[in-house]
Amino acid sequence: MERHTIAVLVNDEPGVLTRVANLFGQRGFNIDSITVGASEEKGLSRMIITTGGDEQHLDQLIKQLSKLIDVISVTHLSKDPMVTRELALIKVNAAPSQLVELNGIVEPFRASIVDIGPSSLIIQVTGDSEKIDALLVLLEPYGVRELTRTGSIAMARSIVPAAAAV
Amino acid sequence: MSVEAAELTNRKSAPDIGFGEELTGAEALLRCLILEQVEYVFGYPGGAVLPIYDSLYSSYLKHILTRHEQGAIHAADGYARATGKPGVVIATSGPGATNLVTGIATAQMDSIPLVCITGNVAQNLIGTDAFQEANITGITLPITKHNYMVRDIRDLPRIVKEAFYIATTGRPGPVLIDIPKDVSNAKAPFYYPDKVEVRGYEPTRVPTDEEVQKFLGAIHTAKKPVILAGGGVIASGADSELLAFAEKTRIPVINTFMGLGGFPGVHELALNMPGMHGSYAANQALLNADCVIGIGARFDDRITMGRTKEFAPNAKIVHIDIDPAELGKNVATMVAVAGDVKSTLIKSLPLAQECDTTDWLAQIKSWQQAHPYQYKKTDGELKPQEVIEMLYETTNGEAIVTTDVGQHQMWVAQYYKFKRTRSLVSSGGLGTMGFGFPAAIGAQLAHPDRTVISVVGDGGFQMTNQELAILKQYNIPVKVVIINNRCLGMVRQWQELFYDNRYSQIDLSCSPDFVKLAEAYGVKGMRAATPEEAQAVWKEALAHDGPVVIDFQVTAEENVYPMVAAGNTLDQMVMGDE
Repeated sequence: MERHTIAVLVNDEPGVLTRVANLFGQRGFNIDSITVGASEEKGLSRMIITTGGDEQHLDQLIKQLSKLIDVISVTHLSKDPMVTRELALIKVNAAPSQLVELNGIVEPFRASIVDIGPSSLIIQVTGDSEKIDALLVLLEPYGVRELTRTGSIAMARSIVPAAAAV
Repeated sequence: MSVEAAELTNRKSAPDIGFGEELTGAEALLRCLILEQVEYVFGYPGGAVLPIYDSLYSSYLKHILTRHEQGAIHAADGYARATGKPGVVIATSGPGATNLVTGIATAQMDSIPLVCITGNVAQNLIGTDAFQEANITGITLPITKHNYMVRDIRDLPRIVKEAFYIATTGRPGPVLIDIPKDVSNAKAPFYYPDKVEVRGYEPTRVPTDEEVQKFLGAIHTAKKPVILAGGGVIASGADSELLAFAEKTRIPVINTFMGLGGFPGVHELALNMPGMHGSYAANQALLNADCVIGIGARFDDRITMGRTKEFAPNAKIVHIDIDPAELGKNVATMVAVAGDVKSTLIKSLPLAQECDTTDWLAQIKSWQQAHPYQYKKTDGELKPQEVIEMLYETTNGEAIVTTDVGQHQMWVAQYYKFKRTRSLVSSGGLGTMGFGFPAAIGAQLAHPDRTVISVVGDGGFQMTNQELAILKQYNIPVKVVIINNRCLGMVRQWQELFYDNRYSQIDLSCSPDFVKLAEAYGVKGMRAATPEEAQAVWKEALAHDGPVVIDFQVTAEENVYPMVAAGNTLDQMVMGDE
């Protein structure tokens, strides 16, 4: 199933997230991840939603979202080159003695160890979903005790290569 | 005349609206309604809307006190469907608000403009499970076009203005405004905005020249085109444009159930309704068409039978709809025009050309002649179809007919040939039992000089028959026609055809004596059980200057035919009593 990333600019008012989430439930669309935060304009928030489905499914989703009165605009980000980032905190079973070994794994990912305890430590990583998934595979043997991920935020690239812009 | 009726008729002049005047939220709300040129408000008071009802006591607005909030919202809906103007309903918080839910969903499914005003508990009590507290904005979120909770009295006028704008523009729909009691009681200087700005909301769109060319280009070469005209034709007031377009292009018109009346039912190009209980000719036309032009129709599953790939298998689909989300939602389209139906047709008319449909129209006529709607008459028995035919013939297709849902609804669609737009008032999308009778009250108030007939089943009527009190109280001359087969007819039909005659829980033989019930409310009641009695009773009812309830006792075993069973395709029609 094809994955899509869409940006939804909405009024920053109570209940708007519920409206958007409800629409997904009502129309049978699945949400892989959803992030909400302030936008460049006061009074408006931007949601980044990743979802799966074919083109017809996506077209209907965008049209239905656009119908919501609190939705200002809907942009299909993943149809063009974009930058995506996700933040994850990963608590791994590890003694302080394994710190160097784990640093060796974490560093190539430009991740960092942000907390150390007697039997566990917390790794912070940012990047696209695939990068975080890859790091998780490497950390799995140590035992991932707890994981929290933000879901993707995304933005269209400023310069679109000519081939991709067609 | 009752006290309430006197109050209703005495308020004839609107007071001057003073801007800047210090008003309570309740007073401000009613001023807003007057400024929106609201004529009738339907509702039911309660604790959380007491400030509003107190203000109403000295207001110019006409309020109709129904006996249940569901009656109020269906009446407001009937008013809206019969006029195109928004219906307005007021209910208190909690149970009052939740009693509106069926009516809101009914309006949402059929794109009917409503403004629903609910009270809520004071804001300091919200979230505490206070007495009569319900999260009505949360509950109605999926069934409203939009909803609001007013948190500050200073936002109230803007919100009301926006609510009317949103309810009536673009694809119409219900908008709910929830007002906590402290907002109704708070005071602020009253100002009403001149214009509405809802960022991101673009309700009206006129198609470009290129889109119109593309639309016309797709149909001009067609040899077997057919127009599928839906409720959007009525909503946009495009009935005369559709008539002109069809006559100029010589393209036959199939009216969906919601589109009935949007094109004259007796016109030589009219094909009546398609789909599950549609006409043979309409369904054959869809099966054989090389071009289907959907105009304000959403290709719902009572027409496509959910088998969208097999629907109109030889046709390219052209679709005009004001709601872009309808384009390509149910069927794949070759040409899709997102725009108001009326504007699109007005722009298309000068460029439209006559299509070469002589052979196609002859083919359609032969289908119509070979398989018209028909039923078998039996001596001494009253057939339900016979009653509907009688209603049509005696009113010449000019009445406003409201219905509930079920067999009688389909017989009205088949046998009453609506001549005028906004004449069929019926719950199409949601299929709401209990809708037809209160909706007739709203339709009659909107059109006091027209004959309004409420055709109901004995099942649906018992869901809202308490509104008989309204007929008496305000002397509303609705003619209530009960098609009484002493059972849940459509359920019985399905149980007969698909559940091996296992008639589970459809027996309504223990119903009240409807004549006595009407009389108990002070309304004239009559009964007929044979064709002769029916003619005599109906003549008397039409001549009676006031409301009437007529209990037409019809044969119970009658089925609605033709029929396409759910899951089948349009070529699998069961013709029934031929």
